Formats: sequence, C-alpha cells, structure tokens
Amino acid sequence: MSVGFKAEKGTGIHGWGVYVPRYLLPLDDIARVWGWAKQQYAGLGVESKAIAGPDEDSTTMGYEAALNAIRRARIEPKSIGAVFFGTESKPYAVKPSATIIADALGIAPITMASDLEFACRAASEALRISIGLVSSGMMNYSLVIGSDTAQAMPGDVLEFTASSGAAAFVVGPASGSAAFFEGSFTYVTDTPDFWRREGMPYPRHGEGFTGEPAYFHHIINSVRGLLDQLGLRPSDFDYAVFHQPNGKFPVKVGKILGFTMEQLKPGLVTPIIGNTYNASALIGLAKILDEAKPGQRILVAPFGSGAGSDAFSLIVTDNIESRRGLAPTFSDYLSRQVRIDYSLYARYREKIRLMPK
Amino acid sequence: MSAPIVWRFKESKQRLVGGRCDSCGRAFYPLTYGCPYCGARSVKEFVLPREGKIVSYSIVYSTTDAARFETPIVLALVDLGVARVIAEITDIDPSEVSEDMKVEAVLRKVREEGESGVIVYALKFRPLLVDGD
Repeated sequence: MSVGFKAEKGTGIHGWGVYVPRYLLPLDDIARVWGWAKQQYAGLGVESKAIAGPDEDSTTMGYEAALNAIRRARIEPKSIGAVFFGTESKPYAVKPSATIIADALGIAPITMASDLEFACRAASEALRISIGLVSSGMMNYSLVIGSDTAQAMPGDVLEFTASSGAAAFVVGPASGSAAFFEGSFTYVTDTPDFWRREGMPYPRHGEGFTGEPAYFHHIINSVRGLLDQLGLRPSDFDYAVFHQPNGKFPVKVGKILGFTMEQLKPGLVTPIIGNTYNASALIGLAKILDEAKPGQRILVAPFGSGAGSDAFSLIVTDNIESRRGLAPTFSDYLSRQVRIDYSLYARYREKIRLMPK
Repeated sequence: MSAPIVWRFKESKQRLVGGRCDSCGRAFYPLTYGCPYCGARSVKEFVLPREGKIVSYSIVYSTTDAARFETPIVLALVDLGVARVIAEITDIDPSEVSEDMKVEAVLRKVREEGESGVIVYALKFRPLLVDGD
C-alpha cells in the first residue's frame, strides 16, 4: 500500500457516550400509512426506529452524547483541544454546531472546533483526525461526535430506517484509556450511491446501487486493508461492528469478511433504533464498550456514501470497568422509550407544516 | 429574540450559571449584580447543580404558533438544593409529571426565529434517566 498508513501508537478512547431519543416508531405504522406490504420491508431486518422529539436536533443530541463521554473520561472540559461534529443533518447550513456544543459544555474558547461532512462517516474520519492530533503530541484530548436526525422523503423506502441518535468519544493518550487503538485504515472512492443537493430537504439514493459498489466494496476493502496492516484474522476479534443502514447489510458484510454472528450480534443496534447515520456504527461500538471485558479486541468499520469506509482495531484495557457506570448506557436510554404512531412522528419531525414555504 | 440577546444569555441558559453571594453565602438564579437575599454587591458566578426535584408545576395548553409543535408545555419550579429555577420539563407526558419528581438538565431547542433566523438553545429538565439513589 503506497500511502503507508501506520499502525497507531499511543492513542485510545478515554470516554464514550450515546444518546437515543425517547420516541420509537414501529415500521408497521409507516407501512400502514403509505400502503406498503410486509414483504416489501421485512427484509430490512428493522422493527422500529428512534425519533427525536420536537425540541431536539443533531446539536442537542450530540451535546448529550458528548457530556456522557466526558463524564466517563473523567477529564476537565477545558483540557479538550478539538471538537469535531460529524453530521449530515446540520441545524444551520452555515454556522457550526461544534462551537455551540464546545461552549455549552465549557470546552471553549481555547480549542479547535468544526463540523465535518461525509454522509454517514464524517465522525469516523474525525476519529482518524483525532488519532493524528493526539499521537503527534499537538493536544492531549479530542472530542468526536457523530449525530443525526436522519432525513427521508415520506413514503420512500429510506423512511423505514432513517432515525435519530448520537455517539461521542474522547480520544486521548493510550495510557489511562478504556480501549486503545491498535490500527486504522481508510478506503474512499467517488461513488454516487446517495446524495442530497444544496437546499433539498431529503436525500436521493441509488436503490440497489447503494449495496455492492458502495457499502460492501468500501467496507470490505477498509477492513481487509486493516487486517493486512496488522497481520490479523477475523477470528482474532471478539467483536465486529459495521455501519448499519439496515439490519441485513452489516450481517452480510460481516459474513463475507469471515466474522460470526457471535462477534456481530452485540454491536447490532439498527434492528431496534433504526439507522442513525453518523452514529450508526459508533453507537454499536459504544454498546460494545458498555459490556466488553479487559483484553478483548474490537473491530469497528463505519461507512459513508459518496463513498468511503474506515476500519479501526481497538483493545479494551483494565480501565473499562471503572468508566462504565459514570454515564447512562445504551440500555438505559432504551429503557425509557415509548412507542408513538406516524401522526406524532409527522408532528415531531415537522412533516406537517403550519405555513407554506 | 435577537442574536446579541441569545449570545448574552448563553452562559446562564446553556450552563446554568447563576450567582453566589460572598456576604451571605446563598446561591441564586439568574445571575444579578446584587444579592437578592441580603443586597450585597459581592456576587460571583456560580454553576448550579444539574439535578433536582420538581417543587410545583403548571401545564400550558394554549401557546403561540411558534410553540405549536411542543404544546402542551410543562413549566416547573425545580429545587436544585442550593437554588431554585423555573424551567421547562421535556420528554414527559403531562399526565406523568408530579411534585417531588427527580429531574436533570438537558440541552434543547427552545425557540426558532422562523426558518431563517437564529436557533435558541437552552437547558430544560427531564425525568432523571438513571437514579443513583
């Protein structure tokens, strides 16, 4: 590999946090409203999706995930040298969410802060940037946030999975981390599988084209690149988590790469909460950290349309046990969820308009 | 609400920064230049706790168009131990709210100035997610 990605030395995750909103919409109710037959959407492998409330957006959800990550990291907010916010549902087209979160959490003003965009893998790229910033010695800690209130045109197949949620990680030195990075690898190409043009409220996608040339091609190449770099095999990992646009793709790509259901199942979250876009694979990683044991090895491979994938290998340390109880877990957020119907979802996500545009 | 006003109040609205009097030692919210209890001018900024209990509440069913999507709105007096604040309670069905309910601060949207104006973020409170007691 000519680019020569180097195995990471000396960086790790000090704190992790998730946010899943309170409201849950069963897919059967979407089908009821738009006249879909069960066999048309059953193959997605998703039962329900999380819906942000009327006073929530990607900034508020990212704030709470970041608060949880900082609590677990047990660091002073002022010691964070960078805040990266990965999203494709920015509340402002121009004005960073990263500064809102940095100020509200007491991190600003002496910090880098920016919003990143690369469909569903912007936050994943932020992890790689943070590894570079910390390992180079430029700063001690970097905060990475992936958060989306995923958009989908009403009645489109995408509406069955597009959901809301956030994940955040404090990246710092390997020493004192809850899990350290063993290696990372990135694979990108120009592939028009999914996009949203400026000013358009909903994205468009290439139907079946989103699969083989996009999702599968990029994840398979990033993971194989990482395994070659580290000299590891799938059987060397205890867990594997991939981007989860639905419940079917992550299982299929895992099996193509040689992983078992035992490795895949702990990180699968989309069947319950839907596709949270930038938070999809990262909530899966956070859920694994909620239960992983010291010494275990985790593979995580997010994907973003357009298209690209990063693969990371992490090894859990002894510090994990003392960090877990410092913030709510993925299960804590699920325990408070209430089911809503399509009419409330339409109101909460402002599919109903009070005034014409 | 103008952008300068949103900016001016961000510390109190987004970080629960109130005041504490050097003279009588009591905390209060919002921050004022003089202590509301003893009148002393020696007041310092003080970040209030994020968890508390509902003392009393009111449910607002009739709102403006700007708040239509959030209606009904639960407003409560929340006791944070060292001070009391009036705040909106979110993530709750009005039938579930009660006095003495444990709550915690969360950042939420409280207002949008139309489709092109500033978005106002502030702390609200929601039922405590994980009760450590």
